[in-house]
Amino acid sequence: MKLLVAVKRVIDYNVKVRVKADRSDVDLANVKMALNPFCEIAVEEAVRLKEQGVASEVVVVSIGGKACQEQLRTALALGADRAIQVEAPDSPDALSVARILAKIAETEQPGLILLGKQAIDSDNNQTGQMLAALLNRPQATFASEVKVEGEHLLVTREVDGGLQTLKLTLPAVVTTDLRLNEPRYASLPNIMKAKKKPLEVKTAEDLGVTVGSKIRLLGVEPPAERSAGIKVGSVAELVEKLRNEAKVIA
Amino acid sequence: MSILVLAEHDNQSLKPVTLSVIAAAKAIGADVTLLVAGHQCGEVAEQAAQVVGVQKVLLADAPAYAHQLAENVSQLLLEQAQGCSHVLAAATTTGKNVLPRVAALLGVNQVSDVLAIEAPNRFKRAIYAGNAIAQVESDESVQVLTIRGTAFDPVAATGNSATIERVDSVFESADVSFSHEALAKSDRPELTAASIVVSGGRGLGNGENFDMLYKVADKLGAAVGASRAAVDAGYVPNDMQVGQTGKLVAPELYIAVGISGAIQHLAGMKDSKVIVAINKDEEAPIFQVADYGLVADLFEAVPELEASL
Ligand SMILES: Cc1cc2nc3c(=O)[nH]c(=O)nc-3n(C[C@H](O)[C@H](O)[C@H](O)COP(=O)(O)OP(=O)(O)OC[C@H]3O[C@@H](n4cnc5c(N)ncnc54)[C@H](O)[C@@H]3O)c2cc1C
Repeated sequence: MKLLVAVKRVIDYNVKVRVKADRSDVDLANVKMALNPFCEIAVEEAVRLKEQGVASEVVVVSIGGKACQEQLRTALALGADRAIQVEAPDSPDALSVARILAKIAETEQPGLILLGKQAIDSDNNQTGQMLAALLNRPQATFASEVKVEGEHLLVTREVDGGLQTLKLTLPAVVTTDLRLNEPRYASLPNIMKAKKKPLEVKTAEDLGVTVGSKIRLLGVEPPAERSAGIKVGSVAELVEKLRNEAKVIA
Repeated sequence: MSILVLAEHDNQSLKPVTLSVIAAAKAIGADVTLLVAGHQCGEVAEQAAQVVGVQKVLLADAPAYAHQLAENVSQLLLEQAQGCSHVLAAATTTGKNVLPRVAALLGVNQVSDVLAIEAPNRFKRAIYAGNAIAQVESDESVQVLTIRGTAFDPVAATGNSATIERVDSVFESADVSFSHEALAKSDRPELTAASIVVSGGRGLGNGENFDMLYKVADKLGAAVGASRAAVDAGYVPNDMQVGQTGKLVAPELYIAVGISGAIQHLAGMKDSKVIVAINKDEEAPIFQVADYGLVADLFEAVPELEASL
């Protein structure tokens, strides 16, 4: 079975992003970029399935400018076999991304498609679900455990009330949550090897998808700033303040 | 403007977050239809009909909808959305699972986790773990939105008597089935609806030590939450995680115990009205957002706090 993993280049999760002075967007100049943490978990899961002998090949795909090749190389260093970059204008909307991925899936015919549940930049949490709909295949979002059993997939999902387990018929789409696995670090030899692994470049037009941006960003603003309050010296003082000053406890 | 809202429920009762989604819908227009899809969920439809601001309740009662499977519910929404200008659901794990599928079937984008309605096609939403608020305008023919419950004041749960209409269409995918679930049971208030939340982090050291927080919570009538580190370490189950990728809470009072205050955690709680931090490290970033900070060893401070309540 072939696995397809979609990955996104995003701001490093340790960086606190700032709004540009003119409030047109956030400032990404000279900001450290990385593989979206949820995508990294998706790559790791795919590589583990291959190591277990469940999967035969792991193909990673990213949509964006040339810079996202860096993240594709990271995925290759983690153990993916082959990469596809789909060259597209910056910030394509989620539906366009899902359409491009659907086209790739049509040619690659993966048995399972893995994506991160959300990208930590746009925080949308929608591409995997859209892709599943376009392919008319079942989905299991927010996965914390994935088990392949022949033609089926058992996926445990993190839901608001606890954990839910679904049984899906392959091919299927899975989006990863944080506790699915802990991604490995790429070793130096694997980073070197990754440089020689195949990376194919396509364009959205090649795939017959017109990239849209139907959701226009009008501007951004910084969130309401919270300023640090006071330090209290004791539990007694804390309780007194909560009762009489903030009036939030009886 | 005709707005279709997906009700959030457990086949027995309507979840309070739906009242906030109705509030968002009313900010768009007056014609609001609430769809209750589930199994043996007639009681939920009765409750839905009482919600102020609802014009009509649609009840789709079939085994296929018992577990809110996205494959089935999205097809039902697609059918019912014909002619609608907006389709809304809560930005809960249910809404997030189902609604993007509806958007793709409609051939439109979704605006996720909306926290303000500026115009019928102009919205505000948080991006980058809440470090920026984006204003977006959608050129789509139908607006598909998930709504951040904590950002909208709920409408009244009773006082209305909307008509209930049955929907007979049953969509059932052969490619997916519910296997089992392990739902957390708690007598405490629900995390996202509680007016006081006490959360613990890695500083608690293990799961047993969370008992200290449960005791404080029970005295305050509070819910208990956790940081990702506490969940990852297995101290508490995943449904307690607060943050960018967990639950969003905005209670009157949030007490963070042994939590450092990583941006991903702050994303889930910094809209709380009053924030208290108890941490032994005075440099911990959580103090930068806390109204009241107590630099102390939690193993001393928390029992003392409990005793003084
Ligand atoms: C993609 C992504 C998504 C994430 N999503 C979330 C999310 O949704 N929610 C979330 O919480 N995190 C999330 N994180 C993780 C986040 O970055 C932090 O790692 C996490 O919040 C840290 O949890 P913590 O504060 O409990 O642990 P730590 O950072 O280890 O802090 C423990 C704190 O306890 C204090 N302490 C220790 N012992 C005591 C004591 N005896 N008395 C008093 N204080 C004590 C320490 O001083 C320290 O400040 C995410 C990370 C990534 C990469």
